[in-house]
Amino acid sequence: MMAEVNEIAVRVHGLSKSFGSVRAVRDIDLAVAQGEIFGLVGPDGAGKTTIMRMLAAVLRPDAGEILVDGVDVVAEAERAKLHLSYMPQRFGLYEDLTIAENIFFYGALFGVPRGERIARSQELLEAAGLLPFRRRLAGQLSGGMKQKLGLICALIHTPRVLLLDEPTTGVDPVSRRDFWAILYNLREGGVTIVLSTAYMDEAERCSRLALLHGGEIRHCDTPQHLKAAMPGALLAIASAHPRDVREAVSGKPGVLGALLMGDRVHVRVDDAERRIPELRAAIADQGIADAVITPAEPGIEDVFVALLGEEKPHEP
Amino acid sequence: MNIQRLLAMAYKETLQIWRDPRSLAVALLMPLMQMGLLGYGVSLDIKHVPLCVYDQENSQASRAVVDDFTASNWFTISHTIASEAGIRRAMDRGECAAAVVIPVDFSRTLAATGSAPVQAIFDATDVNTTNIAMGYAQGVVAQTNATIAARWAASHGVQPSLVGRVDFEPSVWFNETLESRNFIIPGVVAVILALVGAQLTSLTISREWERGTMEQLISTPVTPLEVMFGKLIPYFAIGLLDAAFCLAVAVFWFHVPFRGSIGILFVTTALFDLVVLGIGYLISVRIRNQLGASQVALLLTMLPTTLLSGYTFPIDQMPAAIQVLTYAVYSRYYVTILRTIFLKGGGLTDLWTPVLGLVAYAAIIIWLAARAFRKHL
Repeated sequence: MMAEVNEIAVRVHGLSKSFGSVRAVRDIDLAVAQGEIFGLVGPDGAGKTTIMRMLAAVLRPDAGEILVDGVDVVAEAERAKLHLSYMPQRFGLYEDLTIAENIFFYGALFGVPRGERIARSQELLEAAGLLPFRRRLAGQLSGGMKQKLGLICALIHTPRVLLLDEPTTGVDPVSRRDFWAILYNLREGGVTIVLSTAYMDEAERCSRLALLHGGEIRHCDTPQHLKAAMPGALLAIASAHPRDVREAVSGKPGVLGALLMGDRVHVRVDDAERRIPELRAAIADQGIADAVITPAEPGIEDVFVALLGEEKPHEP
Repeated sequence: MNIQRLLAMAYKETLQIWRDPRSLAVALLMPLMQMGLLGYGVSLDIKHVPLCVYDQENSQASRAVVDDFTASNWFTISHTIASEAGIRRAMDRGECAAAVVIPVDFSRTLAATGSAPVQAIFDATDVNTTNIAMGYAQGVVAQTNATIAARWAASHGVQPSLVGRVDFEPSVWFNETLESRNFIIPGVVAVILALVGAQLTSLTISREWERGTMEQLISTPVTPLEVMFGKLIPYFAIGLLDAAFCLAVAVFWFHVPFRGSIGILFVTTALFDLVVLGIGYLISVRIRNQLGASQVALLLTMLPTTLLSGYTFPIDQMPAAIQVLTYAVYSRYYVTILRTIFLKGGGLTDLWTPVLGLVAYAAIIIWLAARAFRKHL
């Protein structure tokens, strides 16, 4: 899976950052191959944003090395910025400027010549479906349109590495799908993408994932490998009373975890064959008659909970 | 410094000012308001000081003294009373600001010795007014002296010139009509520049922090110097425009005499503009919220400019310690320059000290500002 050394787009070694007594990021190592869509996944406070900011050279690490496209981000922050693009979690463009003005401004800051700026912004606006709105103020755009605009501004100088901090938070599902279509296109063009996300369905689209917890990378692999590495087997129990079902199965022998997933409960057990009848009985005991138990494919969320839940979180 | 990035920054900032009604109001309406307010509202001239007269003698000679007071236009008799206690009462009620007491033996003493004391009492709760009123009173008395001397000389058959007739002739230079407006209005330019320049720029960086646009901005290769100059260019232009407007109003509307060189005025105004913009920018870099930044800007620019620059309160009348302090106030130099250019018409040879002060100030402030902005969170 690991790419050749000369194809590594982002390399991180021993990266650490503390805020006062809080150790936000602890001794992280990472290697992202060129053309990858690499995902940082973790709960709030896991250190995702801090890592992204350090990669983008807007926050200085306490210790460690970052190489982006071969440039030392810590020592040569300004040169590295020419190779990468960063989209902060909070919308960072000017709401009192129009779409076109924002794109033009960022194009100029990245040193894109005027003619090229016009051609490229035209092309990007068209691809994102924003061309008709180019004279609209950024502040009057929907969440999804804002994110697309952010992406266009980030892409105006054709960066080699794209850093996206929770790019689709607060964006409607249709816009999210469009957004991902653009990302896949970029990857085709050889752009390396590092993104953080709190959405598990998005994590699943990444080529590789780093599961973050307490400022550390706990696991780092492809979504498939991570799912395969999940200990135990997964059962889905469908019922009109999922909360009661979870209540009924929690703590029963062989049950490693129970997770509420909408109208279903995902239960992780040590041995599916043996536990299905036991669980069925336990649920029936609670007077729940409509429960249907089926083996299920684990999603990243299940893997995440399974892999991180077993370890004790670090005390800060 | 990269020209493309610098211009992009300046253009972006201009668009933002143009679309922000608050900034526009400060930039365009504030000078108009201030000019009207300060041009019409502020006057340090004192006319018709209410005067309380206690003429104990009521002779022809004493009445002549009182007439001289009323004839001057500086005083208006509000009371003519017959007791010492009456003065006290009138002053306590604020009905008069000054009183004249002519003793009962006034004309006798005058005839016998050639001079007679007249007592003047002033309500000194307002020191400034009192000082001016006292000056006026002295003027009146000198006038009276002159008349008396002339009359005495005539009655004794001597040529007036031979008795050394006291000729009181108030001589005022540079502001011949003695209008404080001429004195004040040139200084208004300093106040407006300080207000507009520092207020607007104090918001420029803090606004980026507050609106969350800073993180994106510093992720680009733009340099701190490009950010600073790019942001200051439009405000610099607004400052010069406002100054030009105020100067035009001063000369053409308020008819303040203008005797100096427009070239020196332009250069020094640009320097002063740089100083206030630099101060506003420094504040903005340090204080990351707009409200705080604008408050501090007000404190560091408006306050010293109105109080310590000599704009309203003459520096040579301040306590010694405060006088020393005014050398640290950049507006002091500019106000001096403005007055000299307007009223005296001095050239660079007369102005090199304040000009040098301003140059030094601008250099230091811009140097500090250039180093202040750091491109990380």
